[in-house]
Amino acid sequence: MKQIVCIVCPNSCHLQIDEKTYQVTGQLCSHGIAYAKQELIDPKRTLTSSVKTIYKSHPIVSVRTDGEISKSIIPQVLTALRQIVIDKPLPRGSVIIDNVSDSGINIITTTTLDGE
Amino acid sequence: MKRYDIVIIGGGPAGIAAAIKASASKKAILLIEREARLGGILKQCIHDGFGLSRYKEKLSGPEYAEREIEKLASSNIEIKLLTFVSKIIKTDNGYQLSLITRQGIEQIVALKLILATGCRERTGKQVAIHGTNPSGMLTAGSAQYYMNILGQMPMKRTVILGSGDIGLIMARRITLEGGTVVGVYEIKREPSGLTRNLIQCLDDFNIPLFLSKTVTRVFGHDRLSGVQVMKVDEKMTPIQGTEEYIECDSLILSVGLIPENEIAETLSVPLNQATKGPFVDQGMETLIDGIYSCGNALHVSDVADMVSETGELAAESASIENHGNRNLVQIKYNKSISYVVPSHIDFTKPLDKIICYFRSAACLTNQILKVVADGVLIKSIKYKQVRPPEMERLFVNLSNIPIPNTIEFSLEEVA
Repeated sequence: MKQIVCIVCPNSCHLQIDEKTYQVTGQLCSHGIAYAKQELIDPKRTLTSSVKTIYKSHPIVSVRTDGEISKSIIPQVLTALRQIVIDKPLPRGSVIIDNVSDSGINIITTTTLDGE
Repeated sequence: MKRYDIVIIGGGPAGIAAAIKASASKKAILLIEREARLGGILKQCIHDGFGLSRYKEKLSGPEYAEREIEKLASSNIEIKLLTFVSKIIKTDNGYQLSLITRQGIEQIVALKLILATGCRERTGKQVAIHGTNPSGMLTAGSAQYYMNILGQMPMKRTVILGSGDIGLIMARRITLEGGTVVGVYEIKREPSGLTRNLIQCLDDFNIPLFLSKTVTRVFGHDRLSGVQVMKVDEKMTPIQGTEEYIECDSLILSVGLIPENEIAETLSVPLNQATKGPFVDQGMETLIDGIYSCGNALHVSDVADMVSETGELAAESASIENHGNRNLVQIKYNKSISYVVPSHIDFTKPLDKIICYFRSAACLTNQILKVVADGVLIKSIKYKQVRPPEMERLFVNLSNIPIPNTIEFSLEEVA
């Protein structure tokens, strides 16, 4: 049995998962079951960060992955983000890296960049 | 002087939600924000986890704010940006507000006020740290502003004092951006942030959390060069002989948030020592008729969704015409509970779906919450565990009972 605290929502359920059968107990909802299994196989996280822009009033724009990525690829995704400089106005939700590190997940902006 | 039915002060999530809700009433409504943009602190909270209950999605702070602002845009509410409320005085038929705007000073009149002024961080001056006053000491929110709005990282090697959520989130952000977080020091025996943040912000990056330890001294002249930490006893007093020197170029303070109620105080709105916000009824009306409080100005919430919710509750009740005197009964609670919001129930307001929030006074397991009015059990809920950092929310229906003399919330161990 492995003890895992679910981080999907603030309820912070204390889960127990059987390493062989993947049987989960302690969850208040089904998200807990999926979370515990994933945490055992390949822990995933949403990554939030920022990228530079050319605009003085908005030197950076906030970004995030549009889904969860493996914890193991986070360093290479951050390296990719550091190469980017946005030079045009973008609506919120714009994809700035498509299929980052072959994860099937995109990097999207989370703030409207109006370029003023 | 221009007259408004409702003036909302503060354009963060509480004020925006209040404005959207109030717009349905077709009254004359004004939303005042001192910054150039709406959204409040959410603009710099680029981490995710916002909107789980309101949008059923895991959004970042700016996304949550922009979605709310878009809803507001379709409501045709009057909004004044870059406007600061400098003074409010009570008049015979409402409140007279002095506003400082880019155009100069303006006077307006409001029949009702909704205070959505958010909260402030406790600073180094409010915690006892000895030593010099070098640069490199900043609150978690200032660190967040530097990194997430200005795109600057003014630290390389950081000690974080306090395990509040923003401190934990900044520990992760600094680490991801290439800085080092030596450790998070918490004077209490229990961490004060949400469990999920302890895991995804500290454990994920092997950042150590030291409990019952605090920073007692800072060193450095122009720039911070190190801090002294000490163990503390049960009374949180540093223990002689446990001094430890840690080399670092910055100290981030994440030592708590205090509701901002300067305006409320000038209007003599009674404040609750347990929440540091006003006493309110279930419609978020303070003990002064016509003044409402919501969001983090009322009590510091765990999540933005609850901030929006109290904004809506305030606007809903402010939109209803008052008839005669209120009939207030104060909620009592036992010592396992640190506070209950609302603090009062007004029996002239709707009573069927009262939203109540409470925090436990300690980490407790196998508890039962009982809501009792004049000895009659109204509601009971079991909790596997309750923790002070995690606010609980429940509905209470008091519509089918005679007006009681006492309403009591109690948290007890399940027999």
